[in-house]
Amino acid sequence: MRNSMKMTILSLIAAGCCILYLFHDLNGSFDYALPRRAIKVIAMVITGFTIAYATVVFQTITHNRILTPSIMGLDALYLLLQTVIIFFLGSAHLIVVNKQVNFLLSVAVMIMFALLLYRFLFKKGGQSIYFLLLVGIIVGTFFSSISTFFQVLIDPNEFQIVQDRMFASFNNVNSDLVWIAIIIVGLVIIYAWRFVKYLDVLSLGREMAINLGVPYDTIVKQMLVIVAIFISISTALVGPITFFGLIVANLSYQFFKTYKHKVLISGAVVMSVIALVGGQWVVERVFTFSTTLSVIINFIGGVYFIYLLLKERKTA
Amino acid sequence: MIEVRTLSKFYGKKSVVEDVTVTIQPGKITSFIGPNGAGKSTLLSMVSRLLDADSGEVLIDKSDVRKLKSQDFAKRVSILKQSNYMNVRLTIRELVSFGRFPYSKGHLTEEDERIVEQSLEYMHLTEMQDSFLDELSGGQRQRAFIAMVIAQDTDYILLDEPLNNLDMKHSVQIMKILRRLVDELGKTVVIVLHDINFASVYSDRIVAMKDGRVVRDGPTEEIIQSEALSEIYDMDIPIREMDNCRICVYFNS
Repeated sequence: MRNSMKMTILSLIAAGCCILYLFHDLNGSFDYALPRRAIKVIAMVITGFTIAYATVVFQTITHNRILTPSIMGLDALYLLLQTVIIFFLGSAHLIVVNKQVNFLLSVAVMIMFALLLYRFLFKKGGQSIYFLLLVGIIVGTFFSSISTFFQVLIDPNEFQIVQDRMFASFNNVNSDLVWIAIIIVGLVIIYAWRFVKYLDVLSLGREMAINLGVPYDTIVKQMLVIVAIFISISTALVGPITFFGLIVANLSYQFFKTYKHKVLISGAVVMSVIALVGGQWVVERVFTFSTTLSVIINFIGGVYFIYLLLKERKTA
Repeated sequence: MIEVRTLSKFYGKKSVVEDVTVTIQPGKITSFIGPNGAGKSTLLSMVSRLLDADSGEVLIDKSDVRKLKSQDFAKRVSILKQSNYMNVRLTIRELVSFGRFPYSKGHLTEEDERIVEQSLEYMHLTEMQDSFLDELSGGQRQRAFIAMVIAQDTDYILLDEPLNNLDMKHSVQIMKILRRLVDELGKTVVIVLHDINFASVYSDRIVAMKDGRVVRDGPTEEIIQSEALSEIYDMDIPIREMDNCRICVYFNS
């Protein structure tokens, strides 16, 4: 089957999932239920897009197909931030209650952190990307430990709020946030568009890329910033869900068997829309909210991750 | 012409390349020889911008390498390193098409397709152009990478130990191709070699390095001399003339 054919079929399935989610069991509630569902669908599409894009790009830059951008510790930072705010200011504080303020603050803090990390590491020049990952792991673990420390001390009622933020959820996405996220993501896409052509060459490795005229260091730095922005937005919008990117990116590699990033990224985006919207439909109508989507995703993702590890070991 | 001026590279306090000044003549094969750790590959990496030099400068046709745009540089100088491991699965044709990236940014024009076709032809790869790289033997792989460099169509081609892991037949094949690139297409080839006999038979000029410095630089006949080689390699190397080739008999010295 040709790749364009596969893409068409996947897009149709994704559109089908969206329609099913929007109109199934609507009972003519066009004024109340439909707009609410539509906001959720948009939120899921944004999340799917940002996670898929960020993961494929991150894996190309690091030449590793079992890494996710969460290794840089961004979602650990998000949890730490939420925990610290609730611990010191209480769950009734404006920053916790007002979703817009919380969203913008979280995005700002995560992006600042990523920029600081990059600046610190790239200042000397010629630092290896693996060094960045290593520092990311250590800092991420540090953030998680501090979060756990505060969570143990926190008032049990307040902890409920923290726990709520620990898992990604589409059940109560704020509509204003969706519009803010769309604007930011849209601007970044316009900016990032010119880099897509370099991605194919980057997957040949650093030396090949430089040989073929890619300004490697500049491009990689900017790509990493874009990855950080996308991850920050999706995390602040619905919660930590980066593990999900691992699944869709690898499914896309397996399904399309190409090196062309336009195809790989579009494939991963469409697959993530299917998984999120379809999955959310299953959670709402089949499990009737008795579980959350992120639990299912983490379960399936975990199984798939083990499969990938075993497969990689065989081929190596 | 590539001019290297007082180029140095340090790792910590240890110098790997120290104060190297050398000129590469156009339209010739120049071989870099010398013992392991002499700094040959590092020098080549700095000339091709894979590594930043700590001091000194490299001029390509009188213009400073650091001031050239990456894309323009890639149209003038290409480099092939010894290990070309990739974690993407490509066919020979796809790899060779990447050689046109500096010109077309991934959207191949008819002109590009024609050049890719010619490069495949030149390396006798046309029939196997749809095979995947990981299905090829070492010699075929190396030919595929050289075809990519030919498609890149640069005046200067730098190769870091292209004969590594190749048997005699394939080594000779690769060296003959490089000779043709120079004689027929007017390219300038710079090559790091470990086998001094290949350097002796195929190159026009030889630059010998030792401990990060250039110790000899001249036409092949001047360098392939027992006295010069013993200075470079610290061993006695007798030389025999056979069929107009100067062969170093170092195996039992």
